[in-house]
Amino acid sequence: MELYEYSVSALKKMLQNKKVSSREVTEAFLDRIEIIDGKVQAYITKTAEEALKKADEIDSKRQKGEELPSLAGIPMALKDNLCTKDIKTTCASKNLYNFKPPYSATVVEKLEKNGAVMLGKLNMDEFAMGSSCENSRFFSTRNPWDLERVPGGSSGGSAAAVAAREASYTLGSDTGGSIRQPASFCGVVGLKPTYGRVSRYGLVAFASSLDQIGPFANTVEDVALVLQAIAGHDPMDSTSVDIPVPDYSEALQGDIKGMKIGIPREYFPDELSSDVKDVVQKGIKKLEDLGAIVEECSMPHTEYALPTYYIVAPAEASSNLARYDGVRYGYRDKDAKNVLEMFMKTRNEGFGEEVKRRIMIGTYALSSGYYDAYYLKALKVRTLIRRDFESAFEKYDCLVSPTSPSVAFKLGDRVDDPLAMYLSDLFTVPANMAGIPAISLPCGFSEGLPVGMQIMGKAFAEETILKVAHAFEKNSDFQGQKPRGVE
Amino acid sequence: MRITKKDVEHVALLSRLDLTEEEKEAYTKQLNSIIDYMNKINELDTEGVEPTAHVLPIYNVMREDEVGESLDREKVLENAPEKEDGQFKVPRIV
Repeated sequence: MELYEYSVSALKKMLQNKKVSSREVTEAFLDRIEIIDGKVQAYITKTAEEALKKADEIDSKRQKGEELPSLAGIPMALKDNLCTKDIKTTCASKNLYNFKPPYSATVVEKLEKNGAVMLGKLNMDEFAMGSSCENSRFFSTRNPWDLERVPGGSSGGSAAAVAAREASYTLGSDTGGSIRQPASFCGVVGLKPTYGRVSRYGLVAFASSLDQIGPFANTVEDVALVLQAIAGHDPMDSTSVDIPVPDYSEALQGDIKGMKIGIPREYFPDELSSDVKDVVQKGIKKLEDLGAIVEECSMPHTEYALPTYYIVAPAEASSNLARYDGVRYGYRDKDAKNVLEMFMKTRNEGFGEEVKRRIMIGTYALSSGYYDAYYLKALKVRTLIRRDFESAFEKYDCLVSPTSPSVAFKLGDRVDDPLAMYLSDLFTVPANMAGIPAISLPCGFSEGLPVGMQIMGKAFAEETILKVAHAFEKNSDFQGQKPRGVE
Repeated sequence: MRITKKDVEHVALLSRLDLTEEEKEAYTKQLNSIIDYMNKINELDTEGVEPTAHVLPIYNVMREDEVGESLDREKVLENAPEKEDGQFKVPRIV
């Protein structure tokens, strides 16, 4: 077995027992990236030199017998919308093609303090808007299981890098499914924590009431380890909640006998491909075999979540993205004669097609005469969606569904049809609307491509969904399968 | 409620986007189909329902009014497309 194939928790033990050095592990990942990333194209920026420097630092501390934190010496990578001090943070946009943040995101600082070794920054849909990574202004990332297919989005680079073992774990961000959908497409584990669980400080904002940062890894145990390192209150983000962070690795222990799991029937509509449906139903059967009490339930407002999301998210985005005006950082059209012309030209050239489309939708929904009909109406429907979850969680510990209605689709298949692209977020947006945590984990294959199962939990009850996911994973044969596109 | 090319031009100006003619045509078509889809939410009666702008019960988070660290001026200006005398430089405004 190659060093890059080990899980985060295995590497942690090997490093602690000095079976291997951080330099050896880091070099193994850097070589892997060198060999494979030409095909997968997950990385926008590689930081090999800094990575080796950090690895040596950790190794020398370990040699001296210093006590090191849990993730010390383990190589990881970050979605390129997480600010990294003095290292380019582009959001895969022409607008920020040369942007070097003067500070790091809180999650980045936390990982640094935890001894993490950063290998580089990962590709994404521009400003996290998209479901296939094809909206990157630089290049499209490929799905490691089939290089002709998309890795999902928007955190496509983060999912593909973990699947292709180009990083032991990664971070992404999830506004409407941008962690879970690519995790599902690439056959890895991806967690969107509760809104408020992880600080958003230094995450380039898309839709501030929905955005949340979370981990990708190859196992549930690894995701728990990484969540532990990034969770918690941060004075720099007033929406990060000041409540204790439980021990997530501890929470994985024990069985799920007697746990009550709801299966909302609205998450199995006609649009759902029958293969995905079969695979997920088999997964649910397995949870039942493991002792969970599984019951069908109803969440009547589910079908309204997607249209509501595509009003709320663009509305917030249109406001958040007003800052890209070519004044303080990023791209500027240099030929403009006056300042208005500079704003208009800079923005039109700096933003790609989908980002402009969302800014337009959002501006329209917020504009005079339409505000009540669209934005305010959507916020009221958001309340109804939340209530669906509140009543479901009175009866159930968690809810299980497919993560996305289909497996990874082919590159180019949906680029000309925005609505078809939006539909791949059908089952993931409700969790963002309600602010609850949700995890996607591999539960089988359809036509040789991974199918993801989504487990949604109560607010701040990440332990529950991690526990169910872990119980499932231990009893599944997915682990050890290698993506065909890169082997 | 159909969106015309004129509406698109108006929204583009509000959004500070200098769209090309082709973009205006494309967005007129796409915005119509997207807004048609959004209109699905009008099937619901939301009379008396409170809006949710934010899921957390957090209001006015205050902190002590103390001077903290701030970013160095030169450091911040490193990202500026144009600068002069320690300030951001922009084209003529008036």
